[in-house]
Amino acid sequence: MGFLFWKKKDKPEEVVTPEVEVPAPKKKLFSKPKPQPKVEPTAVVEPAIEVIPEPVVEVIPEPEKVEVVLPKRSFAKGIKSLFTRVKFDPENLDELEDVLIQADFGVDASEQIVAEVKARAKKSGAETETELKAILAELITENLTRTDRELNLSSGQLPYVVLVVGVNGVGKTTTIGKLAKYLSEAGSNVVIAAADTFRAAAVEQIATWAERSGATLVRPKSEGQDPASVAFEGTEVAIASQADVLIIDTAGRLQNKVDLMNELDKIRRVVEKNCVIAEVLLVIDATTGQNGMVQAKAFAEVAKVTGVALTKLDGTAKGGIVYSIQRELGIPVKLVGVGEGIADFAFFEASEFARGLVS
Amino acid sequence: MFGNLSDRLVETFKNLRSKGKLSAADIDATLREIRRALLEADVALEVVKTFVGAIRERALGDEVNKALNPAQQVVQIVNEELVQILGGQQRKLTFAKTGPTVIMLAGLQGSGKTTLAGKLAKWLKDQGQTPVLVAADLQRPNAVNQLQVVGERAGVEVFAPEPGNGKGDPVKVSKDAIKFAEKKQFSVVIVDTAGRLGIDEELMSQARDIRKAVDPDEVLFVIDSMIGQDAVNVAKAFEDGVGITGVVLTKLDGDARGGAALSVSSVTGKPIIFASTGEGLDAFEPFYPDRMASRILDMGDILTLIEQAQKQFDDVEAAKMADKIAKNEFTLEDFLEQMQQLKKMGSMKDLLAKLPGAGQMKNQLENFDEKEIDRTEAIIRSMTPVERRQPKVLNGSRRLRIAKGSGTTVTEVNSLVNRFEQAAKMMKTMAKGAMPQMGGAMPGMPNIGGGYVGGGKSKKNDKKKKGSKSGNPAKRAAENLGIVPSQGGSGSSFGL
Repeated sequence: MGFLFWKKKDKPEEVVTPEVEVPAPKKKLFSKPKPQPKVEPTAVVEPAIEVIPEPVVEVIPEPEKVEVVLPKRSFAKGIKSLFTRVKFDPENLDELEDVLIQADFGVDASEQIVAEVKARAKKSGAETETELKAILAELITENLTRTDRELNLSSGQLPYVVLVVGVNGVGKTTTIGKLAKYLSEAGSNVVIAAADTFRAAAVEQIATWAERSGATLVRPKSEGQDPASVAFEGTEVAIASQADVLIIDTAGRLQNKVDLMNELDKIRRVVEKNCVIAEVLLVIDATTGQNGMVQAKAFAEVAKVTGVALTKLDGTAKGGIVYSIQRELGIPVKLVGVGEGIADFAFFEASEFARGLVS
Repeated sequence: MFGNLSDRLVETFKNLRSKGKLSAADIDATLREIRRALLEADVALEVVKTFVGAIRERALGDEVNKALNPAQQVVQIVNEELVQILGGQQRKLTFAKTGPTVIMLAGLQGSGKTTLAGKLAKWLKDQGQTPVLVAADLQRPNAVNQLQVVGERAGVEVFAPEPGNGKGDPVKVSKDAIKFAEKKQFSVVIVDTAGRLGIDEELMSQARDIRKAVDPDEVLFVIDSMIGQDAVNVAKAFEDGVGITGVVLTKLDGDARGGAALSVSSVTGKPIIFASTGEGLDAFEPFYPDRMASRILDMGDILTLIEQAQKQFDDVEAAKMADKIAKNEFTLEDFLEQMQQLKKMGSMKDLLAKLPGAGQMKNQLENFDEKEIDRTEAIIRSMTPVERRQPKVLNGSRRLRIAKGSGTTVTEVNSLVNRFEQAAKMMKTMAKGAMPQMGGAMPGMPNIGGGYVGGGKSKKNDKKKKGSKSGNPAKRAAENLGIVPSQGGSGSSFGL
């Protein structure tokens, strides 16, 4: 099962080529059914620059777009098991709470999970380690499974704008690089707006990633330019070049900095003048502790976060905080980063996450 | 529910007041709350366990039973223990006896090494050292570039023979850097290395090689204060893999409680030397274990608040302001400027929440309207320069115009003008030799907070006045108490 989205129809050759480069996906095919009769390819998008995205209610993908199945990727091997040190059996079921706390699930969520595991174990008479692990995995999977975990790239309102936000040093730029590469390989035309005009050499860093991924980069014209204006230029370039996806990189900001959060709000408002924002991805470092919850709340409020990208899951950290983020704030985890390489990411899958944790 | 540990303990002890003494069971209940508070502050579980064990022992002794206020007593014990684990005394950087001092930075990806390298260089330069930055992160795209920009901003030379982005050998670069520094007589060499995972054996062995090549006087482990339970694993991995001599805690300007500090100190036994508190090159301080303890326990952080005020209201500005006040030239323009400085300190709510006891007035804080400051700003901005300088000219028709221009009402304009006049008057009194009394500014601050509990519109205004007067006196207060060395400049406060 891959991951579907609608992109603008290209000449067929273009779409097929990148297939070879996709590293080790389970399924590396772009199926290209043409769901609707063909109409003139460029009809809808071309006049768009100042136009507010059409308020059409049934925006079922326009005929000119093609369904693309993106290759699936697995990240389960990236997660270290919770049970490397503690043995998990009925006698020390209480220790499960410790194990979960150590995975940054937080005290409340851990207590809740343990109570539930106990209840289920009692009901089913589970006793062996394998049975208990299965119950735990099942529980985590159930609680984290969401229908909206896929990137919202199928509304048909091109370009799909993905705004990437987060605190400093979580891996926003790297995540964007990986995502851009992935989408370009699937044949979409990607534009990246380098709206991190604050940190030293951030633009150069994203430029390197843009080059690697074959995306078009919109740079700030001067150092320290208002990031909102860079984002806006990004929308103009994306529309003019009929790009499928526009990814906006923003500067890292701590959620308690009012001015910086207001700046983010401004970026969002400015972008919405030209485009519909398809996704606001909050990047969270898997090593983050309970502050992750505070981050998610603050960013959700200001930036209207639609999904979480969990990065650095290739380390010893388990990223348990996303459990609470998803459960309490209702923000689904969508992407997972597992390394510094351009291919080191995957789409979040609750069962994989759970299995990785208990295996 | 209960915002912080103090609140929780107050709640836990509520029913015990009549008893006057604590039983072992009471203490256990308390310890459960402490455990939870520490875990929520991201202190590693194994550290919490040992810690709570130690507290239990002390609390079951005579100390608590004699206590008049058990809650305070327990918090006190916890605080003392925390400070002890965090290293008690502030440790200074070690310098080499001969030749250049070599400082190597190591840590996970995104912990803030490159930014820190710039800050450290700037700080050392201000101390009269001649630092050179070494670009040994050849991994991350444009890390070399970033270090060059940072070095330029700090006015420090950067040794970057390799372009990076996966090209070049960091060990060789580091080795060459030492020769370069010796030849050019730099006094300190700061080696910025690539971020690496503790479990990445290849990169850890590379870090060891760099260490061997440069034979550093300090290996500083840079860690993000937002890190969770994994802090212990990471710290152990770096301690075992590279060997560290000290710790730097970054991003402390966020609102993470920073339990990692405790985990790292306790697991590695290495002191935390510096704290990094923002992206600006000056946002860098020595680490104070006692303040960190208060922060982990969420007990209010009055000292940091004072320092924050001190930093934002910089010396020159403050002197200028004092002069203006003395000459009775304080105008609405200055008022506006001060308000903006206050805004720079962050959200009013956060600021007030730093005051001790803020937990109890959380509800009032929640109701505080941040926009109030914006409205005041709008009113002042709707005035002509003449009106700002001489509020006396504000007659009814001018006030109406201002109200329209700022989208407020005449009442609001009136109240601002009144407030301003009162503030100006008060400051004038202060300037006329009433300053020494302001040594009480610190105890005075909680009063402002206390006034808040009553709520009410007029109380709100107090706060603004606080902003317009507290910068200088607050610093004075701190100086009087000998908490902060007299110079606000980043250099001397490190006591080197």
